[in-house]
Amino acid sequence: MYSNTDYTLAVEGLTVSFDGFKAVDDLNFYLDKNELHVVIGPNGAGKTTVLDLICGKTKATSGSIKFLNQELTELSEHAIVRAGVGRKFQTPSIYENLTVLENLEVSYPQGRGVFGALMFKRTQTVLDKIHEIAREIMLETELDTEAGLLSHGQKQWLEIGMLLIQDPQLLMLDEPVAGMSVKEREQTAELLNKISMGRSVLVIEHDMEFVAQIAHKVTVLHQGKILATGDMAEVQNDPNVIEVYLGH
Amino acid sequence: MSFVYEKLMGGKQGMVGLIILSALILVVFPMFLDSFRLNLLGKYLTYAFAAVSLVLIWGYGGTLSLGQGIFFGLGGYAMAMFLKLEASSPENTAIQSTPGIPDFMDWNQITALPWFWEPFSSFSFTIIAILVVPTFFAFLIGSAMFKRRVGGVYFAIITQVISVILTVLIVGQQGFTGGINGITDLRTLNGWDITSDSAKNIFYYVNCVLLIGVIVLSRWVLTSKFGRLLLAIRDKEDRVRFSGYDVANFKIFIFCLAAMISAIGGAMFTLQVGFMSPSFVGIVPSIEMVIFAAVGGRMSLIGAVYGCLLINFGKTVFSESFPELWLFLMGGLFIAVVMFFPNGLAGLWQDYGHYVTDRFTAIKNKILNKSTPSNDSAKKTLPETELS
Repeated sequence: MYSNTDYTLAVEGLTVSFDGFKAVDDLNFYLDKNELHVVIGPNGAGKTTVLDLICGKTKATSGSIKFLNQELTELSEHAIVRAGVGRKFQTPSIYENLTVLENLEVSYPQGRGVFGALMFKRTQTVLDKIHEIAREIMLETELDTEAGLLSHGQKQWLEIGMLLIQDPQLLMLDEPVAGMSVKEREQTAELLNKISMGRSVLVIEHDMEFVAQIAHKVTVLHQGKILATGDMAEVQNDPNVIEVYLGH
Repeated sequence: MSFVYEKLMGGKQGMVGLIILSALILVVFPMFLDSFRLNLLGKYLTYAFAAVSLVLIWGYGGTLSLGQGIFFGLGGYAMAMFLKLEASSPENTAIQSTPGIPDFMDWNQITALPWFWEPFSSFSFTIIAILVVPTFFAFLIGSAMFKRRVGGVYFAIITQVISVILTVLIVGQQGFTGGINGITDLRTLNGWDITSDSAKNIFYYVNCVLLIGVIVLSRWVLTSKFGRLLLAIRDKEDRVRFSGYDVANFKIFIFCLAAMISAIGGAMFTLQVGFMSPSFVGIVPSIEMVIFAAVGGRMSLIGAVYGCLLINFGKTVFSESFPELWLFLMGGLFIAVVMFFPNGLAGLWQDYGHYVTDRFTAIKNKILNKSTPSNDSAKKTLPETELS
């Protein structure tokens, strides 16, 4: 019914309705390899719902989500992750009682079954990978810190690192710079630009200045439908977008 | 909480706690208690299996089970069925209208041994059944609940309801189960008199060794990546799920392991006390087990054992003098622990234990400065009250 494509992610005719209310309405959306795509839109536009649908947290009413030509709508959450889709939640979702190192170790894509986890060993390969990721997310000096003691910005980075260690082909980030200081925002923009090489990244963000720093392509979502797609300048000058979103 | 965890990881302090517990139950208690008291202690230590199992499923797994009595009971009944069949040999039951079947069946006009009793004439089958039947039952309950993402208070209520159903079933099917009286008048194990003092002593030691083995096994599970994942699931279930783990499988596994551990306790109970009855299956014992774990510290395997001993000791002392007050007292104690010491005895030790260790260290240093050879003995007495 839905044909194969060259896109990393191809969303076609995606609809979800909650008791008759269509939070996402017949959405078509494509994501290229190595593309950093930002979704913006007013509150209630359905941005987070789209991420929920892709990662399997919410089940679609109809439509198709193809990731590397594999249909995701029929897979369970953990199978979608194992296929190569990583998702960061809006509020930092880390294990506060574990150290940074343990947070990354728990996310390491090995020993994912019950018995695999019982037999899992912290080998040099695992440690090397953890150090490599920790360096990337600027937390190498904090490896033994309990994650709950990190600053808000560091928690956001840690969660990004927990996804990076799984080396996903598609990385989805829900408001990664919410609550960050100006300096942290800059560092995060740099980080995102670095990690979008070799994989596709889908970001939801409100901060327009930050969006301009990172986005290759921008999609504006409004009432579950796409209002405009294009690069930052195109979108900013679109009369519809100015009307419902940027103008206010 | 994370330092409990580090302790388990570090191993040294956990090891000290384990050695002290072993020394207490294997050497100190048998030395100072008479045979009757030791047997009583052995009975308490069978409850400790259930308390330890609750540390796994509740403390670490984050899922309160109010049905550990189910598994304790299944293990106990399996052992009791074997012992009862041995006690019901045709010679022993010659006066019955149908000799060779358990007495309560005869009283209920049952004329042949029911099919599900038959395999229990084999000791090896019984041992396997003690381990497998409760685990499989837990697997069924766990799969039905956790795969559908039922958890928290709903899971607690459902396990409680199942324990009630099982009790009603046992009481109602008197001819097959012995009813409210349970399975009584157990005499021998493969021809060996289990009511003698020497047998009871041996069971006590077997019980202790099994308990220590279970604690070591549990500690291994908790210090593996599996254990860290349990804590992670308890904190942020969605994050674990969206890191590529099938969360339900982890919960099912720990629930099954907890069931198996409780069942071992139940089987040892039957051996040491000499009977099994529905009063060890239902709501009250299941909740008592939760209280043992809560008082001892639900994040501490060894603390749960001390909690179990303390509560049961209190129960014995108080119910001798104020039988009607004991339940109120235990309820009050439970509320107080949950409100003021959420980590139980083990938590108290972690918060205030350093005063004791500091004093011991001071004494040790004094001794060390005066004469070096007494090094070893000072070290040994150091963490006498170690709990976690």
